[in-house]
Amino acid sequence: MNAITPSTSLLPARAGLGLKPEHVGEILDTEPDVGFFEVHAENYMGDGGAPHRALGEIVARYPLSLHGVGLSIGAERPLDTAHLARLRALIDRYRPRSFSEHLAWSTHESGFLNDLLPLPYTESTLRRVADNVDQVQQAVGRQMLLENPSTYILFEDSTIHEIDFLERVAARTGCGLLLDVNNVMVSAVNHRADPFAYIDRFPVERVGEIHLAGYDETMDGAGDRLLIDAHGSPVSDDVSALYRHTIDRAGPLPTLIEWDNDVPAFPVLLAEAARAEAVLDSAKSWRDARLARRA
Amino acid sequence: MDQSAFAAALLDPSLPLPAGVTCARGEPDATRFSVYRNNVVASLSRALGERFPVVRRLVGDEFFNGMARAFLTVSLPRSPLIFAYGDTFPDFVAGFAPAAALPYLADTARLEANWTRAYHAADATPLPVERLLAIAPERLAGIRLLLHPAVALARSDFAIGTIWQAHQAEVVGSVIVAASESVLVTRPTFDVRVHVVPPADGVFADSVLRGETLGEAAATAFARHPDFDFGHALLGLASLGAFADSPLQGDPA
Repeated sequence: MNAITPSTSLLPARAGLGLKPEHVGEILDTEPDVGFFEVHAENYMGDGGAPHRALGEIVARYPLSLHGVGLSIGAERPLDTAHLARLRALIDRYRPRSFSEHLAWSTHESGFLNDLLPLPYTESTLRRVADNVDQVQQAVGRQMLLENPSTYILFEDSTIHEIDFLERVAARTGCGLLLDVNNVMVSAVNHRADPFAYIDRFPVERVGEIHLAGYDETMDGAGDRLLIDAHGSPVSDDVSALYRHTIDRAGPLPTLIEWDNDVPAFPVLLAEAARAEAVLDSAKSWRDARLARRA
Repeated sequence: MDQSAFAAALLDPSLPLPAGVTCARGEPDATRFSVYRNNVVASLSRALGERFPVVRRLVGDEFFNGMARAFLTVSLPRSPLIFAYGDTFPDFVAGFAPAAALPYLADTARLEANWTRAYHAADATPLPVERLLAIAPERLAGIRLLLHPAVALARSDFAIGTIWQAHQAEVVGSVIVAASESVLVTRPTFDVRVHVVPPADGVFADSVLRGETLGEAAATAFARHPDFDFGHALLGLASLGAFADSPLQGDPA
């Protein structure tokens, strides 16, 4: 294992927003007080044009988080070295404060499936994921954060709890973790688990960023609740409560509002960010008061 | 779990659920697996719909989604760069029997594919027209101009440029489709521009974009269109941003 510079929390412990092309003009005109912006790496892998111009203007004003959705770290096939080279070039060009990807797979011999697909948690998949995370960090020259997935199914051959899986990958590779609190709620409801117990067990000291989003709700074949990770609505009340619980336990952490589908007007996103920021502010004042008492 | 079996079942709903898939009740549940099926099909159809919005409007959402589903089943993206997905969609549309009643559909798709490629193309300064004007006319014939990275041409037996333009508005007026058009896409700065060029200029532009010298391209255009005006066509292409700035033969040393 080669040394990777640890940089788990270079983003400010504030609320950030996903950058949408339709909002760039308003953001540059009004320069709202947003903690950071996050973009999907793959959307900025063209050669030039308006996307790069916009991203250049944003990074001149705000911290950037780069979030990959196409590396397919959980795939059975080798990582795509051309894609790793594109990522490296993007990271060298824009110097994001954070780079993150998913515990999932999306590529196959037949092509790119454009969804974050689940994998069983076994000793063999753990070795493969850790090897891939190692390879990614070497290729891009920095630490990455690995995100917990939202899932709709389980695998009979899984033998390792998801939290232990993530923690062992992080311990072996030195990667940080991205804790998606909406994903925790979605998976917990879908698999009849306790989301608060999940947060209480999660290695929060390894977390470099939090994601929040809205979910959709439906029913499975037996009429059981089935939550869908939809990124197309406000953060729900139960996820907001779980988020407060997370920040109470972990302290203030960079927190992204993900809203990728049916994207609303920018002020709606700002209001979502303000809700998260209020939770972070109360945690900061509580922490400061505690430090003052100790002094 | 075998990811090949998982991927195959995602793309073919007639296949059984992959072995080893279960849920908290300890049994497989097809509704749960279908969330992944829907995600793959819906997200790729949406990506195609965003790249081919005029084609989608021409056929309606339901028809478009059916055509997209037929396409993605045989042509998944080759890379995670979803904005590039659909480069082969125009060819697929051309051979898609249910769309045969709309013979202009495939060429309209070609124009839309060119638009996205231009949007993401490398930045380059267009060749200033004055640089062309400074070249001695007798030297022009032997020159191959450097193409701008964004430039592309779609030639059709149908009025694809007029169709495209009409569908940029909320309300689409009537369009006479049975008129041949050559449509040049350029991006001099950051905004993609779409121009219908005269037929003779279209033949000329097509030859130039294939890498012919200006003299060869002019001869090709003149053979097809005796009224072809070389100077007008060349300056027209340059002023629209078809060429990239670069040292030219004949530039002052």
